[in-house]
Amino acid sequence: MEMPNVSTNRAPYVMLALGVICLLIGSWYGLFVAPAEKYMGDVQRIMYVHVPTAWNWMLAVIFSLVAAVAFLFKNDMKWDTRLEAGLEVGTLFAFLLCCQGAIWAKPTWGVWWDWDPRLTTTAVLLFAFLGILALRRFVDDPVKRAIWSSVATIIASIDLPIVYFSVKWWNSLHQTQSSPNTVSSLFHIPLRMNAFGVLFLMIGFIMLRSRIAAYRLQHELAAPPVLVGEEAGELA
Amino acid sequence: MNEVTIDVERMARRYGTRWALADVTFHVPPATVMMVAGRNGAGKSTLFRVLSTAIRPDRGSVRIGGFDAVRQREDVRRIVALLSHQNYLYEALTAKENLQVVADHLGAGRERVMPLLETVGLAARADDVISTFSAGMRKRLSFARVLLQDPRIVLLDEPYGALDPPGFDLVDQVIADLKRGGATILMATHQWERGAQMSDVALVLDQGRVVWQGPAAEALQYEPRATGGAR
Amino acid sequence: MLGAAIRKELLLQWRTRGQMMAVFVFGAASLLLFSFAIGPNALALRTFSGGFLWLALLLSSTLTLSESFHAEMENRAMEGLLLLPSDPRALYYAKAIANWLQLTLLGVALVPVMVVLYDAGTTRLLTLLLIIVLGAAGLSAPGTLYAAMTAQLKAKQTLLPLLLFPLIVPALLASVKATSLVILGDAMGEAKSWLILLGAFDLIYWSMCGLLYGRVVEE
Repeated sequence: MEMPNVSTNRAPYVMLALGVICLLIGSWYGLFVAPAEKYMGDVQRIMYVHVPTAWNWMLAVIFSLVAAVAFLFKNDMKWDTRLEAGLEVGTLFAFLLCCQGAIWAKPTWGVWWDWDPRLTTTAVLLFAFLGILALRRFVDDPVKRAIWSSVATIIASIDLPIVYFSVKWWNSLHQTQSSPNTVSSLFHIPLRMNAFGVLFLMIGFIMLRSRIAAYRLQHELAAPPVLVGEEAGELA
Repeated sequence: MNEVTIDVERMARRYGTRWALADVTFHVPPATVMMVAGRNGAGKSTLFRVLSTAIRPDRGSVRIGGFDAVRQREDVRRIVALLSHQNYLYEALTAKENLQVVADHLGAGRERVMPLLETVGLAARADDVISTFSAGMRKRLSFARVLLQDPRIVLLDEPYGALDPPGFDLVDQVIADLKRGGATILMATHQWERGAQMSDVALVLDQGRVVWQGPAAEALQYEPRATGGAR
Repeated sequence: MLGAAIRKELLLQWRTRGQMMAVFVFGAASLLLFSFAIGPNALALRTFSGGFLWLALLLSSTLTLSESFHAEMENRAMEGLLLLPSDPRALYYAKAIANWLQLTLLGVALVPVMVVLYDAGTTRLLTLLLIIVLGAAGLSAPGTLYAAMTAQLKAKQTLLPLLLFPLIVPALLASVKATSLVILGDAMGEAKSWLILLGAFDLIYWSMCGLLYGRVVEE
């Protein structure tokens, strides 16, 4: 099993800085410059974080799936470090999406949760990823841990579209309440700014988190120590 | 019959951060009986698990009968049988049923099951559920299981463990029969004298490393005694 | 080899059939407890009966699925079979089929309990049977895979449901929907589309889990 080399360049920090800058610009624009939406008022402004988070969450899930498949085919532990990072970032974003959805739903519909298919799918995947992260905690052998979490990630990712469609059908029999997804075409600037902001942040997070995972793996996969007895024998 | 050898080169295996085996190198010629000796925790069971392909080595190479133990696992498994600490039995099934399950999975007929049970002295208890068996009886059944596989290489992890004196004789008989059939036998045991008597060569492990290998008769000097052992 | 493996599974299940009885009682008790959560509201009970049946079955499945690997882990019997050698995929499918059979029987046994407690009868018994068969298959395929993984871990009791439950959401939704339609009336014939969804889920997961099983049991 290959031991991952850990790069030490500054790229992730550049990413994080870029991300923060983009988010600051985009959020300022979205909060103060763009006008309130006609029907929903200021509550609609949550779109400027919700939509970027949603896009990047999908990217994180796809990234995790790619890492899982790559690991199973190549047996290179560096893909396991990326998988670990992707899983955590995906979990974080899923959680944020659920919070944002709730924050939007309460003033709009009077309930915290409206069973919107996309948000419900996100919640299901949040639990699925949490389960995989829990699984990783309980497996000591690094190789087995990598194989099992890759398998579980593939299974969970394939499930994603199926969950979406089944919840959509399930919901369609009742009155649908729309979720925050319409953005006036005049105000794509804050949206795109924030999308890039979150993207850069995500890339930075994934890079850093992979490094942490790689350091730990280096420790776990270290070569056998020199036999102390042999040295002692030489001295005797 | 093809000659089957075991070739292990700088093999290592870890459990967590502890190296159970490190830098293990040895070669076993065909139709040889090798005793693998060492204290508890020396790595004998781990070695057998690697040789049987139950677990993979983390370093080095293992070739059995010319097959690579990592890349050609299926081929190795066909010619190797392991008598393990874990007896691989189903508690809820009878002795006969346990062997029948193995025969079915091997694609072999069930006719050999009863004769094998007689060989190991369990014919009278063939239809008893093994949860009622003593440790010694389970050992005998495990032997029958190994014989059923018709192996070219036999790995016996503590074959004398839990057996009574008639059982000891049974083990000696089985080993002699297998050897006559041209099989290569590795035996991990604490019974140094008996083991050395039955074996041609010996390998001594300590803390996961090979500390000595040579003719079995000379291995007795490495037997640990209460006073600290000669080394 | 699949035949040999299935024969072993059925033999093991027959020998341990006493446990099935205990799981059935657990399922029936769950149905009873759920009814207390609703209260003596006959209409509400009947409306949600399908949901409760499948919840009871899902909770019971965590018991039967983890139990199905207990015999394999006690003396490492599964490793013993793999070393013969055996094809891990055949072993997986045999176990998954055995679990499927067990869950189907359990589902069928719980139907009368549901009928009595929730006044949830139906004349479309064959359709109901089909729903149970397909739903049980949906639980069994990923359930057997995850049971194999978690059987080796210390936290197996909590990890199996944690991993399984999010995954089988589509199968659960479809089974509950179809069952409710069968009990409450299906004016527009929607049950069929739910069954198709369930069938698609089963097909995808039975193939995918079989493919991945070999990697899960190797050491």
